[in-house]
Amino acid sequence: MGAFEAVILTIITASTPLLLAAIGELVTERAGVLNLGVEGMMIMGAVCGFAAAYTTGSPIFGVGAGLLGGVGMSLLFAFLTQTLMTSQVATGLALTLLGLGLSGLIGEAFTGLPGVKLGPIDIPFLIDLPFVGSILFGQDILVYFSFALVAIVTYMLFRTRTGLIINAVGGNHHSAHALGYDVVKVRYACIAFGGACSGLAGAYLSLVYTPQWIENMSSGRGWIALALVAFSSWLPRRVLVGAYLFGTVWIMGLYVQALGVAIPAQLLSSLPYLVTITALIMMSGDKTLTKVNTPACIGQPFAPER
Amino acid sequence: MNESMNEQPSSAAGPENAADTLLEARNIVKIFGDLRANDDVTLTLKPGEIHALLGENGAGKSTLVKIIYGSLQPTSGALYWKGQPVAMANPAVARDLGVGMVFQHFSLFDALTVTQNIALALPPGLVMAELATRIRTVSADYGLPLRPGALVADLSVGERQRIEIVRCLLQKPSLLIMDEPTAVLTPQEAGQLFVTLERLASEGCGILYISHRLEEVKRICHDATILRHGKVVGRVDPQQETAASLANLMVGNEVMVIKTTRGSAPGEPLLELTELSMATDDPFGVSLKNIDLTVRAGEIVAVAGIAGNGQGELFAAISGETLTAEESQVLLAGAPCGRENITSRRRRNAAFVPEERIGHGAVPNFALSENVVLTHHAIGGGVVRNGLINRLAAHAVNAQVTEMFDVRKGTLNPEARTLSGGNLQKFVVGREVVLQPRILVVNQPTWGVDVGAAAVIRQALIDLAHSGSAVLVISQDLDEIFEIADRIAVISRGELSDAAPAEDMSLERIGLLMAGAHEKANQAGRTATTP
Repeated sequence: MGAFEAVILTIITASTPLLLAAIGELVTERAGVLNLGVEGMMIMGAVCGFAAAYTTGSPIFGVGAGLLGGVGMSLLFAFLTQTLMTSQVATGLALTLLGLGLSGLIGEAFTGLPGVKLGPIDIPFLIDLPFVGSILFGQDILVYFSFALVAIVTYMLFRTRTGLIINAVGGNHHSAHALGYDVVKVRYACIAFGGACSGLAGAYLSLVYTPQWIENMSSGRGWIALALVAFSSWLPRRVLVGAYLFGTVWIMGLYVQALGVAIPAQLLSSLPYLVTITALIMMSGDKTLTKVNTPACIGQPFAPER
Repeated sequence: MNESMNEQPSSAAGPENAADTLLEARNIVKIFGDLRANDDVTLTLKPGEIHALLGENGAGKSTLVKIIYGSLQPTSGALYWKGQPVAMANPAVARDLGVGMVFQHFSLFDALTVTQNIALALPPGLVMAELATRIRTVSADYGLPLRPGALVADLSVGERQRIEIVRCLLQKPSLLIMDEPTAVLTPQEAGQLFVTLERLASEGCGILYISHRLEEVKRICHDATILRHGKVVGRVDPQQETAASLANLMVGNEVMVIKTTRGSAPGEPLLELTELSMATDDPFGVSLKNIDLTVRAGEIVAVAGIAGNGQGELFAAISGETLTAEESQVLLAGAPCGRENITSRRRRNAAFVPEERIGHGAVPNFALSENVVLTHHAIGGGVVRNGLINRLAAHAVNAQVTEMFDVRKGTLNPEARTLSGGNLQKFVVGREVVLQPRILVVNQPTWGVDVGAAAVIRQALIDLAHSGSAVLVISQDLDEIFEIADRIAVISRGELSDAAPAEDMSLERIGLLMAGAHEKANQAGRTATTP
């Protein structure tokens, strides 16, 4: 495998958790819910994924457990914000703090243990293609899934009735209620979907990215995913571009540093943020497109009249 | 009030000819906390009948129709559909029975297309392309033209209402509920709507028509139920009543008559707008185009127009919420101040009342006296001295406004959000009027305010003009405009017609201007002058 392919592979590994978590949060926010707890759901996904994979020896069990860890956290958020009507911002922040603390507690027993890596699934024949073969067709299942997810979510949001209902609930919850839609139920489902995606992103970290448990191993990726969603004007295709742009600049920075180029390390580590923000701002020049895709009810609690 | 009950005792009494009635609401009671929003309300409606539901704001009309449509549950009482008892558990149940509703505040989604909006109200399993064709057919059939692919945010209020109506028509309703449908329409659009409603009624559809516009009730309705404070105070045949007798039933006492004696000829120009153009940043906003307007001392000039044609932007440019490109585009008492902020403009003895009373005109969680400080802080009255708030002075202003405008409230100095809409509106207008400003600009002075409060506010505006101030009123309510304005201009898609004397204006002419008749004329004028 050449050096070029190795770089590409690390970029994919760095971008996938961002992409997974951001797509999930995008669906949650499209339904009008701002869940700031992505970081907390992700780290819970990481610890649950690692613990299950280590205990059973099966990385696939790990992926499932990571997903459930994220869903569990998101349902707690949903219960608090949708049923008990707490503030979404405060609850989301609390969810992040809770996730970081709880994962440390659960993970205490697993610190320093060797992990179980989720191996790649080579697609026969295609993997033998020159150059692109091992990059495109020698990945693990979560990478394939993350690309499929972008396509599925795009189709679902813009071509199906389910997507129409989600957009309606996020665009004007009073109207959606007046038409007979169960706003709270739709939001529960979208929050759980976001939790599942964040959990998968976390599992990816502890099963593929660095197959072991390290406390705080999500190291702010949840916040990056959150920012990507807003800067992408809630469009899945832009989330894809943003996640990979971020991953690319980040990895390139590491390589440049390793090569000993005389650029301050602080500048290099801030570069992914600057480049991604600049690029996504330039993409969002079409104000109508931005406005049409911004969920108007985001962050607002909904209580039906009785 | 019992007289009218006795005049028509039969129909409200019981299930006579159950097969003939479409809908019957019997002894409906709805209690919110201490408030009896509906108190033993009974109403019957036959197929093919246009039945008016009349009442002031807060009389319980909306509560009753929400119960009929299933979005509220009654505390007690029952609904009968074609003679059979039904429980309208939610709007979906009502829709399945054939009840359609056109809301006053539309239940539309700005960011979705017409087709998508309609699809959301129909059962699943539709092909979008087929639905678009059906929308085109039905809308053309009933004279309600619609473009299925258009984004709702880009449509006028009249077009938005058409979406709601077409949405109901596609469900082939047996009962159509319309909540103040003409409040947002030009006179011509309203005329078109009446034709559609009469056609629907002739096809056997029952229509429950909520309105407080008595002339149109007399014009199209066959029967009327009148509510006051949640109770039925009368069931009458509108054809047999006069607008005045209906008004008295609604209000319960004689409505205050506004004195409109004109003062002397208007004096010097106090508010002047010159070639005011302003592009909007908001993709859903309206750009102002080349607006010229003069308001003189002692006169009231009204800007008519349908909501969303640039009224908000015009108000913001005059008040200083948005700055104009050139200082000279806005003159207050002769001084150019297009680039000055609101406080500087207030110091020039100008005052402004924005459209939204809660959130924009008043801070909901501030006490009234604190809301006084927000607009009085930079000008006379001593509300602020040496940078400190003089609470006594602020309380005094609050008391003065309360006294002059009869602001009804539970305690002396409650938080703004606890006031009812009409009382808060009296407060935000009164707060500026007590300053006796030389220039007053008011956007929608009586929006959503009942007849009594509206009369108080209008009288205050007239008195202020009499005392020599220039008053600019931006309003959608044509009755109001004709009642108080000396001159009338019409705004349409960001362009303002010339202000013509009120006596030269007719409803028809205003309707044409609202639809944009002057835009082409302006364009022609401009191309003629520029070589």
